[in-house]
Amino acid sequence: MNTIAVDTVHSAPREFLCREEAHPQTGTLLGFWLYLMSDCFIFAALFACNAVLGTSYAGGPTARDVFDLPGLAVNTALLLVSSVTFGFAMLEMARQRKRAMLGWLAISGLLAVCFVGLEIHEFVTMIADGAGPGRSAFLSSFFTLVGTHGLHVTVGIVWLVVLMLQLGKYGLTEANRRRLLCLSMFWHFLDLVWVGVFSYVYLVGVLR
Amino acid sequence: MPDRPAIWNFLLGRLSLSSLPLDNMIVVWTFVAVALGGGAVLAAITYHRKWGYLWNEWFTSVDHKRLGVMYMVLGTVMLLRGFADALMMRSQQAMAFGSNMGYLPPHHYDQIFTAHGAIMIFFVAMPYIAGFMNFVMPLQIGARDVAFPFLNNFSFWLTVSGVVLFMTSLFIGDFSHAGWLGMPPVSELRQSPGPGVDYYIWGLQLSGLGTLLTGINFVVTVIKMRAPGMTLMKMPMFSWTTLCTSGLIVVTFPILTATLFLLSLDRYIGTHFFTIGAGGNVMMYVNLIWVWGHPEVYILILPMFGLYSEIVPTFSGKRLFGYSSMVYATASIMLLSYLVWLHHFFTMGSGADVNSFFALTTMMISIPTGVKIFNWLFTMYRGRVRFTVPMLWTMGFLFTFTIGGMTGVMLAVAPADFLLHNSLFLVAHFHNVIIGGVVFGVFAGINYWFPKAFGFRLDEFWGKLSFWFWQVGFWVAFGPLYVLGLMGVTRRLSHFTDTSLQIWFIIAACGGLLILLGILAFVMQIYVSIRRRDELAVGNDPWGGRSLEWSTSSPPPPYNFAFIPLVHERDAWTDMKKHGYQRPLEGFNAIHMPKNTGAGVVLAGLGTVFGFAMVWYIWWLAALSFVALIAVAIVHTFDYDRDTHLSAQQVGEFEHTGNWEPKAQGATA
Repeated sequence: MNTIAVDTVHSAPREFLCREEAHPQTGTLLGFWLYLMSDCFIFAALFACNAVLGTSYAGGPTARDVFDLPGLAVNTALLLVSSVTFGFAMLEMARQRKRAMLGWLAISGLLAVCFVGLEIHEFVTMIADGAGPGRSAFLSSFFTLVGTHGLHVTVGIVWLVVLMLQLGKYGLTEANRRRLLCLSMFWHFLDLVWVGVFSYVYLVGVLR
Repeated sequence: MPDRPAIWNFLLGRLSLSSLPLDNMIVVWTFVAVALGGGAVLAAITYHRKWGYLWNEWFTSVDHKRLGVMYMVLGTVMLLRGFADALMMRSQQAMAFGSNMGYLPPHHYDQIFTAHGAIMIFFVAMPYIAGFMNFVMPLQIGARDVAFPFLNNFSFWLTVSGVVLFMTSLFIGDFSHAGWLGMPPVSELRQSPGPGVDYYIWGLQLSGLGTLLTGINFVVTVIKMRAPGMTLMKMPMFSWTTLCTSGLIVVTFPILTATLFLLSLDRYIGTHFFTIGAGGNVMMYVNLIWVWGHPEVYILILPMFGLYSEIVPTFSGKRLFGYSSMVYATASIMLLSYLVWLHHFFTMGSGADVNSFFALTTMMISIPTGVKIFNWLFTMYRGRVRFTVPMLWTMGFLFTFTIGGMTGVMLAVAPADFLLHNSLFLVAHFHNVIIGGVVFGVFAGINYWFPKAFGFRLDEFWGKLSFWFWQVGFWVAFGPLYVLGLMGVTRRLSHFTDTSLQIWFIIAACGGLLILLGILAFVMQIYVSIRRRDELAVGNDPWGGRSLEWSTSSPPPPYNFAFIPLVHERDAWTDMKKHGYQRPLEGFNAIHMPKNTGAGVVLAGLGTVFGFAMVWYIWWLAALSFVALIAVAIVHTFDYDRDTHLSAQQVGEFEHTGNWEPKAQGATA
């Protein structure tokens, strides 16, 4: 045990305790990031299913038969613009202008509602035309992936409404700002997933 | 739907009196036993007026230590259930030869092996590792609690939800018979129209969500809440493995959720993901479930590797040999575990190139694992090894797990796997690593940290007895399965025609009985230790520990540390002891604490109701409970006042009344 000699040389007393109570770091944003990454894996699994099953038409309609690309352009524009308006809301939050912020949030929410409405319309039309999720594996994977994204957007809208109430009632407190940051990440994350959906499921879908 | 007035079908879905398995006497008697036993426990709690105490101090607690203890209790209760299934299988296989069909009809036998596998992984091993990570990790990194205390409570109750659904399936309806991974096409609606697979799906969805939240919670805790000075490379090994396991949870459990979600869509709305026909692809399910399933076994074993890495240095009186290599080995196992899933089905026929890739990655995992084994051996080498109960379990692990690892490398050879696939050799192999690695680790950990959690040690005699029964019983039970597997016997059979094989199954059943004695000895150990708790009482550091959990009283106060530790070296507590650290007796500060909340219990309870309603097609109840779930969650977000604080005076009281000084001699002898 030749280390003992070395240890006794440095005999200056060490401080082993923090005598002051430190302000605890909040891990909410990191935690929410991790949640988003885990959500990514749900979408990854659904994309993988679409990649494998995307041409299993089982004698039913193909992607070219059922996809309405002009409608898709409108839908995509709605969602992407809502991300921009959400960005404006965050800028207003940074400037502490609550009313303007709530206004931009409301516009973002309305755009998302239109997006979900159009998607439901698309689904209903397809099912009425005999191209429902039970028709073929291709349609199962299409409805599930796009529907899961739509469900996320719907959750985002509900969250937005609740948070707008809380912002109105309690103001731009630290907790509310943190919540809004999380929702903002969620919103942009769903946009990103949608970019994957329209480019892979729709555009590649009609090509293959 | 049963044939009856429509109103009943609306109210009860497909649930009816015939759903109760009254024709199966084994289940009826089990129900009687559970009802009497459970009733007695509930009556005792009521008689002693403990409901308020349980609710206020435990069920609604957001304290990671309390949640850790509750996870351990849950795991132990479910171990008894899962082991009862195991004994039934062993006895059936020992007798069902030739004209003797045994006592379990095939349909019942199939449910038993499905329940055994699913319960042992999800509701025994997972609660145990969640329990250890909960209890130990925040203490080791010098934190007051985890990053999200409420989520932690919610995670626990979601796990309980899964347990409740699984246990309900025993008495109302039946359970899945599609194997522990619910493989289609057997798990599809056409082949399994009953509620069994639905119980399986919803039980795992609820508990899986809980596990995911735990994973996120612990990654954030380790990243954000380490004590000042504790860089990542000064962190105790158990906390490192907690970080790696939690990271694996975050990237794999969503895939389980997605896969089971797709299976439930197939079963509920008639999609064609994994069906035969209409373009469905069964192998898609097999791939997806093993993309989760293989990392899952590393989620189980990594924390155990961490736990052994705490026990070996403590009882060898030396610092851990090769700390950095241990960290890198853990991290490489974490990464490699994601690249081996296809070795579970080399027989899929994906070709020599794909099979070679997965065979090689599988064999590569044995390299970092070997590094770990040698590190533990070198830590013991020339150390003053104390053969305490935790150390016995650890040495049993080293011996047993290494052999299990070698049979794993045999299975990784793809051509050999074509012969061994789905044979009893495989069954013997994974029990060899899961019992030898995870279960032995659980008992090592319980014996090691029990004094920290309760302030008294566990009885040595019964602990050693338990160890030896388990160790010997394991080999007697699973040695024969290796032999039978090499002879070509496949798994999951409830009856055999070749009577020359019977002797091996009888030996295996005897091994099962030895393990039963091991479990009984463990229960006895707990009982005896509680009776002798005054004799066995300990101070803060009964083993001469090296990490920070041993620097606080046993049990630790709610806030863990009156002052957050300042870390200079690895083995922070050893460092403190070496420099003559004296704990402060005054000058305390007030401490912020999270408030207890019942929201987790309520949310998970509603989730259980939702799962049950979905299983039985009771749509109105499913809708109602779902809406209630959302409503309660939203209402909970309006509660901004979630903190409370302990005054400096209260902290001082805790610090003066806690167990600090060693009260019994001999613990470190």
